[in-house]
Amino acid sequence: MHPILKLLVQRIALGLLLLLAASVLIFVGTTVLPGDVAQNILGQGATPQALENLRQQLGMNDPAHVRYFNWLGGVLQGDLGTALTNGQDIATSMGQRLGNTLFLAFWAAVVSVPLAIGLGLIAVRYRNRWPDKVISTITLATVSVPEFLLGYIAIFILSVQFRALPSLAMINESMSLGEQLYAISLPVLVLVLTVLGHMMRMTRAAILNVMQSAYIETAELKGLAPFTIIYRHAFPNAIAPVVNVVMLNLAYLVVGVVVVEVVFVYPGMGQYLVDHVAKRDVPVVQACGLVFAAVYIGMNIIADVVSILANPRLRHPK
Amino acid sequence: MNDELKYLLSRAAQGKYSRRAFMGKAAAFGMTAAMANTLLATAVRAEGPVKGGTLLMGLGGGESTNSLDPALAASQVPFHVLRTSGEPLVDVTADGQLDMRLAESVESSADAKTWMFKIRQGAEFHNGKTVTPDDVLATLLRHSDEKAQSGALGIMQGIESMKVDGDMVVVTLSTANADLPYLMADYHLMIQPEGGVANPADGIGAGAYKIIVNEPGVRHTFEKHANYWDSSRGHYYGVEFLVINDATARMAAIQSGQVHIANRVEPKVAGLLARAPGLTVKNVSGRGHYVFIMHANTAPFDNKDLRLALKYAIDRQEMVDKILQGYGSIGNDIPINAAYPLFDESLPQRAFDLEKAAEHYKASGHDGSPIILRVSDVAFPGAIDAAALFQQSAAKAGIPLEIKREPGDGYWSEVWNKQPFCASYWGGRPVQDQMYSTAYQSTADWNDTRFFNPKFDETLLAARGELDQTKRKAMYAEMAAILHDEGGLICPMFNDFIEAVGDKVQGWETDGVQEVMNGLAPHKTWLA
Repeated sequence: MHPILKLLVQRIALGLLLLLAASVLIFVGTTVLPGDVAQNILGQGATPQALENLRQQLGMNDPAHVRYFNWLGGVLQGDLGTALTNGQDIATSMGQRLGNTLFLAFWAAVVSVPLAIGLGLIAVRYRNRWPDKVISTITLATVSVPEFLLGYIAIFILSVQFRALPSLAMINESMSLGEQLYAISLPVLVLVLTVLGHMMRMTRAAILNVMQSAYIETAELKGLAPFTIIYRHAFPNAIAPVVNVVMLNLAYLVVGVVVVEVVFVYPGMGQYLVDHVAKRDVPVVQACGLVFAAVYIGMNIIADVVSILANPRLRHPK
Repeated sequence: MNDELKYLLSRAAQGKYSRRAFMGKAAAFGMTAAMANTLLATAVRAEGPVKGGTLLMGLGGGESTNSLDPALAASQVPFHVLRTSGEPLVDVTADGQLDMRLAESVESSADAKTWMFKIRQGAEFHNGKTVTPDDVLATLLRHSDEKAQSGALGIMQGIESMKVDGDMVVVTLSTANADLPYLMADYHLMIQPEGGVANPADGIGAGAYKIIVNEPGVRHTFEKHANYWDSSRGHYYGVEFLVINDATARMAAIQSGQVHIANRVEPKVAGLLARAPGLTVKNVSGRGHYVFIMHANTAPFDNKDLRLALKYAIDRQEMVDKILQGYGSIGNDIPINAAYPLFDESLPQRAFDLEKAAEHYKASGHDGSPIILRVSDVAFPGAIDAAALFQQSAAKAGIPLEIKREPGDGYWSEVWNKQPFCASYWGGRPVQDQMYSTAYQSTADWNDTRFFNPKFDETLLAARGELDQTKRKAMYAEMAAILHDEGGLICPMFNDFIEAVGDKVQGWETDGVQEVMNGLAPHKTWLA
C-alpha cells in the first residue's frame, strides 16, 4: 500500500474511533444533568402520573446503556431518530440548519482566507513598516473584541444608524442567492473580523520564520523582487502551519458561531443545539454533537494530510 | 380648525398625504407636534382600518422545539401562533368581559353546574370544513385526556361530562363553577377540526389567519383566511413572526424598522428605546407578578411571625423603581390585582415597615441563623438584584438573609416547589378562582407556598359556585385577607407588559390580559 494511502486510512479510522468516544461523552454528559426531558416537556404541569406516562412513551425507563446502544444502532443504519420534544425527524430539521451553518461558514471562509493570507504576505513584505503595523494593529483589535460585541457594534452602526444592512440574518429557500447574501452580510463581516487576526498573524509568523533561511538570502542576492521571493520561495515552505491554522478557523466557523447566530438571529445549528440542550432532548444533542465532532476531526485530518503532502521529508518517511 | 388643515388631515388619515408633510403643515398653523400627532391618530382611527399589507412581529420566547399542537404550547411564540391562527369558543376582553367567538352565546343552569354553549353558524376552518358543535366537543374531549398532555388539563378536570345537543355543546361540571366561560378562553383551547385527534399538530384552525410556513424557533408566516367569519377583524393580507430571542437583536430589529412590533422590551432599556424615532414604547399593567415564596409548613417559615417579619422587611416601591424601572406596580402579598374582575380594593396595602419587621422577627424567636433564599436569573428578570435589595432591607431590621444562587438549568425542577424559600414568577390567570385554585388551594399540585388553610379552601369552593356577583366579591375579599396575613407568599411587584410598536401600526389597544394586546395585534391593528 502506498504510504500516503495507508496514512489516510489510519487517520480516518482514528477519527471514527474519536467520534465514538465523543458520542459516549455527550450521552453521559446529557444524562447526568439535573432534570430530564419529560420534566422539561411538561414544565410546571408535571404531575407524577403525567411524568410516568411520558417517560414510558419516550422509552426513558430503560437503563442508560440500553438507550445508548439503541441509539448507536440507529445511527449506524443512518437513522438519527426523531426529536423527543416535538417529534420532528432529526435528519430533516438538522439538515436544513446544517446547510445554513455551512452556507454562512462558506462565505465567511471565501472572504476571510484569501484576505488573511494576502494581508499576511503584505505584512511580511513591509515588515516593521507602517503597512505591517496598520494591518497587525487592526486585526489584533478585531480578534480581541468579543464577537458578540463586534456584532452589536456592527448592528448599531450599519443597521440602526445608517440602515444600510439588515440586522436580522434570516434566510429561507424562497430568497434568491443575492437576497441571501445581502441578509448574511453583517454576520459574515463579524466572522471575518473574528478569524482574520489569527490566520493573518500565523501566516506572517510562519513566513518570517522561513525568511531567515539561507536560500532566501540567495534568492535576494539573485535580485528577485521581494514579493516574488515571498510567494514563490518562502510561502510554499510555510504552508503547513498556515493550513493548520486555516483549518482550525474553518472548524470554528462551523461549530463556534453559536453566539453570532444568536446575535443575528441566524437559523443555524447553534440555536438549534442550544434549544434542545435546554430541553434535554438527548437524541438531537447527540446528533448535533456528532456532526460538530465530525467537522472538527475532518478538518484536522485534512490539515494533517496537507501538511504531510506539502513537506517532502514527511512525504517520504525513512 | 382651519379648512385647509382639516382637508390635509383627512388626506393624511387616508394615507394619501405623508405624515411628515402633515406635521410640517400643522406646525405652520401654529400647532405643537404633540397636538398634531394626537389629531392625526384620532383621525386615522375615525377613518377606519386599512386592509392589506403584512405585519412583521419580532418575538422573543420561541424555540426550535415548539410544536403546533395547541395542547403543548407553553412559551410566547406558540401562544401568538395560536392566537393568530386559532379561534377559541370565547375570549376575555381587556376589561374582564366575555367576548363571544365561536360560541354565539352561553347560558348556565341556576346551580352553575351545567353550561350550554351555542355554537356559531357559518364559521369555517382553514381546510374549508365548517365548524360544527362536534368539532368543539372533540377538541374539549382531547384536552381532557391526560395523554394529550394539554396545558389546559387543569381546567378540564372539573368537567364531569360533555355532549352535543343540536347546535349546543353542553358541559356538565362535577362541582359548580360560575367562571367556566372564562376558563374556556384559555389559549390552548383553540377549536380544531375533529378536535385534532388524528393529527394535533397540523396547524388547522378557524382563526383569521392560516399558517403558511412553520419553522419552529425561526419564523412563522400566515395568510388571511378568506372565509373568516368576523369581518371586523384581521385587516392584514399576511402576518409574519420572526423569532428573535436575543433582546438586543430584537430591539435593533424594531429600531431599524425590520419589524413593526417587538415584544418583551426589558425595563432597563424601555426608557432609552422610547427616545428612538419611529416607534412608541407601550406598557400595560398585567396580572403577571414576581414573588418570593416560603413553604408555610416548613421550619422556620411555619412561624407566622417570621413570615410577617419578612413581608414587612421588603421595600416594594424600591423594587418597582429599581427592578422594573417603574414599569410595574407594587404587590400586596396576594396574587390578585385590580386587573382581575371582582377585585376588592379595601384590603390595606402592606407598607415597608422595619420596626414591625423587627418586632415580628423578635416574636418569632428565630435563632438568628441565616435564612437561605434561593434565586436564579430564570426566576424572573432581575431576580438576583431583587434578592440583594431584599437582603439589604431585611438586614436593617436585623433579619439575616443569605442568598444562594442556583443554576438556571433545572431551577424549575429542582428548586421551585421543592426548596422552602425561593424566587419565582406567575403569569396570572383570567379569573381569581383559577389563580387561587392553581396555587393556593390545599390540594393544588402547584401549591408552591404549602398553604393549607381549611377556611380558605371552603370559601374558594363556595365562591366558585356563587352566581351572585356581590356575594362572590365579598368572598374573594375574605380569602385575600386570609392569604395576605397567613400565606407564604411575598409579592413585591406586578410587572407590566412592555412592547415596542412602530409608528405605522394603527389601532393599538390597551389590553393586559396577555402580552401584545393579548395576542390580538394581528387581528385588531392595521398599517397606516
